[in-house]
Amino acid sequence: MKKRVPLVITFVTGFIVIISFFIPHRPFGPLETDTLIWYSIILGFTLLIGVDSLVRLHVRQMRRRKEGWWYSIVFFTGFFYCLVIGIISIMRTPNPFQPGTIFFYGYKTILIPLQSTMFALLAFFVASASYRAFRARTLEATLLLIAAVIVMIGRVPAGYKLWTRLPGIANWVFNVLQMGAMRGIMIGVALGAVAMSLRLILGIERTYLS
Amino acid sequence: MILLLALAFSISAKDTPDDGGGSITVNVYNIPEGTARIELSRLEKGDMLYKEAGLIPIFKGECDDASVVDGIGYLYRGKAIAKDTFYIAEMEGFVTSSPQWFNKSRITVLIFLILFGSVVLTYIQLAKKNPEGLFIRKLPALDAIDEAVGRSTEMGKPVLFVPGLEGITDAGTLASLTILEMVGKKVAEYGSRVIHPNFDPIVMTTAQETLKTAFAEAGRPDAFNKDDVFYLTYEQFGFAAGVDGIMLRERPGAIFLQGYFYAESLILAETGYSIGAIQIAGTNATTQLPFFVAACDYVLLGEEMFAASAYISREPRLLGSIKGSDLAKVVLLFMIGAGVIFGTIAGIAKQGGNPTYMQIFNKMLEFLAKGAK
Repeated sequence: MKKRVPLVITFVTGFIVIISFFIPHRPFGPLETDTLIWYSIILGFTLLIGVDSLVRLHVRQMRRRKEGWWYSIVFFTGFFYCLVIGIISIMRTPNPFQPGTIFFYGYKTILIPLQSTMFALLAFFVASASYRAFRARTLEATLLLIAAVIVMIGRVPAGYKLWTRLPGIANWVFNVLQMGAMRGIMIGVALGAVAMSLRLILGIERTYLS
Repeated sequence: MILLLALAFSISAKDTPDDGGGSITVNVYNIPEGTARIELSRLEKGDMLYKEAGLIPIFKGECDDASVVDGIGYLYRGKAIAKDTFYIAEMEGFVTSSPQWFNKSRITVLIFLILFGSVVLTYIQLAKKNPEGLFIRKLPALDAIDEAVGRSTEMGKPVLFVPGLEGITDAGTLASLTILEMVGKKVAEYGSRVIHPNFDPIVMTTAQETLKTAFAEAGRPDAFNKDDVFYLTYEQFGFAAGVDGIMLRERPGAIFLQGYFYAESLILAETGYSIGAIQIAGTNATTQLPFFVAACDYVLLGEEMFAASAYISREPRLLGSIKGSDLAKVVLLFMIGAGVIFGTIAGIAKQGGNPTYMQIFNKMLEFLAKGAK
């Protein structure tokens, strides 16, 4: 019973969503949008569970004085800042993300720069990962190195200065060789996802039930 | 005279095809030169006055009026406003909207779904009858789970499992839960610990249940710590920063990056590399695969993730579905090959003065591309 009910729900829901993809007439047509709205509502409630989990984790870390426990103070400062300022902003204006609100000020001056900093780290990580990946130890790695050098140099003005045909070759590597391999993987992913969805709807795949 | 009529600013409207009703598609033709904007107004059957119904984009010459009621007749009027003058186009007859019972533009998807579903179901049935005749090639990334968890346990370090940044509705996330179950069983057997930070709270609760079951099935229900599966944040780079912090503080011996990732994939994988952890990645995000290949020890490439449950359990019905999707791939491969050959012949024939084959080829492409809308 514990497993059969979720299996029936999965089958019925999956089947209805597939039907609604092909039948635009009511009541089927809007079902996909409706289920997404239901999902958002459920997600809203589960966010509370998530916040509860996060708060408990940091409280525990502070109690046990685990290594780096003072990071939890930073967390609580940010958490209560967002909570209090968010509530105040909502009371003052319906949209706290409106420019001029104190909440938006914090978002713009704290969160966005922090996110940008993390994103900027990517440049250094790309360099270190490329260094390892492009070491010409095998034939495949050598081909990868040659392709990468052509694409990288061909995409900057210096490449054109070196050889006028280099940007064209870089584009060919990118749009033909790379795209062919990428599309092959994409077809595999799409078929795999459809097969997995069929297994889920038919109750063959049951891992998610645990 | 005929030329003058053909160039006259005109308007037409029809029920929007393949929709759930409540919409009429309006087109304007021969937009006069110098038109700054086209105002649309409509007259409801029984009313005396036209009411505003929005603007028609000049570059498109078409718009959908989605504020109509099914079954009621409407008459449309377009007003093209230029600098010093304006032009009026009016319809002659009323048009009504209605919902359709079948979306014809998705016919190719339906055909593919029926064919693909039939193949998969056939192979599932065949697999049930003859479970011995199924072979699945080796997936080194899944075989390495044992080694990764074992190494981590020997080093006295925990295992870190990151389920990606998508919700439970993503097929990749569901596949990652399958792998999590396998990792959880190994961790429980070896008496180690698994840390599972989450981006999505629904995935978190599902992962808690998955790990709880895995520990119970391994005979170590007491070893499961619910607090090791926790929520981090719904912000992409906040999540990346949080997971990086966990990696640097906890120093896991094995890291599993399984699920759908975005730009943070390399940030996570490179940090994992820097702490010397054995890394097993897997994603259905094709744009992130190269980063994982460059930075991780083992990678499950796209569809291999979806085959994980079949590979692990060796359950005939699951293996049958894998074989079914493989056959579909072979069929698609032949279709692409045939398309390339036919397209090339059509191109050569067109250059030789015979455009018929190219017209057939274009019709075929148009039909196949219908479902992509």
